[in-house]
Amino acid sequence: MRRAVAFLGLALAACGGDGDRSVRVFAAASLTDAFVEIASAFEAEHPDIDVELNLAGSSALRVQILEGAPADVFAAANEPAMTALVDAGEIDGAPVVFALNQLTIATPADNPGGVTELADLARPELRVGLCAVGVPCGDLARDVLDRAGVVASVDTDEPNVRALAAKIADGELDAGLVYATDVVAVEGLASWRIEKQTNIVAPYPIATLADAGPDADAFVAFVLSPDGRRILTAHGFGVPS
Amino acid sequence: MSTPARSRRLPQRPPPVFVLLGALAAAFFAIPLVGLLARAPWSDLVDLVSGDVVLDALRISLLSSLAAATLSLLFGVPLAWVLSRVEFRGKSLVRAIVTLPMVLPPVVGGAALLFALGRRGTIGEPLHDATGFLLPFSIWGVIVANTFVAMPFLVITVEGALNNLDGRHEAAATTLGASRLTVFRLVTLPMIAPSLRAGVLLAWARALGEFGATVTFAGNLQGRTQTLPLAVFVALEQDRDTAIAISLVLVAISLGVLVVLRDRWWSRA
Repeated sequence: MRRAVAFLGLALAACGGDGDRSVRVFAAASLTDAFVEIASAFEAEHPDIDVELNLAGSSALRVQILEGAPADVFAAANEPAMTALVDAGEIDGAPVVFALNQLTIATPADNPGGVTELADLARPELRVGLCAVGVPCGDLARDVLDRAGVVASVDTDEPNVRALAAKIADGELDAGLVYATDVVAVEGLASWRIEKQTNIVAPYPIATLADAGPDADAFVAFVLSPDGRRILTAHGFGVPS
Repeated sequence: MSTPARSRRLPQRPPPVFVLLGALAAAFFAIPLVGLLARAPWSDLVDLVSGDVVLDALRISLLSSLAAATLSLLFGVPLAWVLSRVEFRGKSLVRAIVTLPMVLPPVVGGAALLFALGRRGTIGEPLHDATGFLLPFSIWGVIVANTFVAMPFLVITVEGALNNLDGRHEAAATTLGASRLTVFRLVTLPMIAPSLRAGVLLAWARALGEFGATVTFAGNLQGRTQTLPLAVFVALEQDRDTAIAISLVLVAISLGVLVVLRDRWWSRA
């Protein structure tokens, strides 16, 4: 019994951190690869600061923060998720747009369904996936399909964009709408452009939380710096001019 | 609880440490439920749970979890019997593989099902080429995912009961000339009935709450593959009140069934 209690104490102490400075960054799932690289570049520049990444769907992160999860920086894949936090008084200052993304039609590399344009997503014999409504890529996909006047024959509403991309890459789905950046990140995908006049550019806002320290500002500054922009571009994002 | 079996035990004064730790354990399970109830949008509850999304998800959840419990019963009982009564090489490996879904993260189970039974899967691809039939993104996929995670609970419960069975009754029936299946039906089954009910109930409960394997293998589409847990997850991203309302539906069904059936089934045991 005594030994069990001692172990519990040890486990709790391990969770408490070791007193080093750290920035807790809550970032949208679509930023995964770019932010892993940005975090290590930032840590190389600031060896005394530790970056802790929490990567999930923007709306899930929004809920976590509203429920009191400890975050210093929030980088969202759409503006509504950020606006909800601004309205709740959780954000320090005004959010800044740091990256741009847009949707593309993704198919397995061998494109078994012969998909090349948005109208193909209406073909009932194909297996088509989108992100679920409420997830940024899902809301964006529905806006783009509306603008194109296409009623997609959807077989699954995936909970996040990477789950969708994986199912397309595995060939379980014939087509879906994912971010241009996912095609860079996920192997086994072919992508087909959506006409410029129908596609919508999605701005990614970043902000520090109201109770975050100066290290959080330094991290945001790094994301907006030429180094940060270079990493984002390498991962397929656009950057605001 | 005045069941014959229990009333035979002498009333005991509980050791204080058991009362304390037991109360803490019960509170550990009760507190999240209280949190859910405290957040519940009581005034809009009826409107929230009578929407199309919830009713569709309820239908698919009940259908798929009952189907999974039935399949678990149909295949799980013979498997448990074989594991309990037949000696063969590699039996412990088979048992480990059968119980693997209990420890495997359900998402991994779903991915494994996809690699095996999906359109490009080891079995799924030839099956699709031959018949055009596909499991993923259909109610059949939901049922397969549910059965995969649920059946182990039935198998280990029933196997445990078979192992603890006094073999003399079966032996007597055999001596009197009953065939093996007759012995099983008339002697073994009635004797393990309480465990069988418990196993079915556990399997059904596990299937009802299934999320990870379902979303990975069967996808998520309202009216086709979206179960209550999937609907909660999607609603959590948009509208928390709806998510809590659906959660309450799940809690109500589960508690209702567990309370009613447990008391009836256990007291008969």
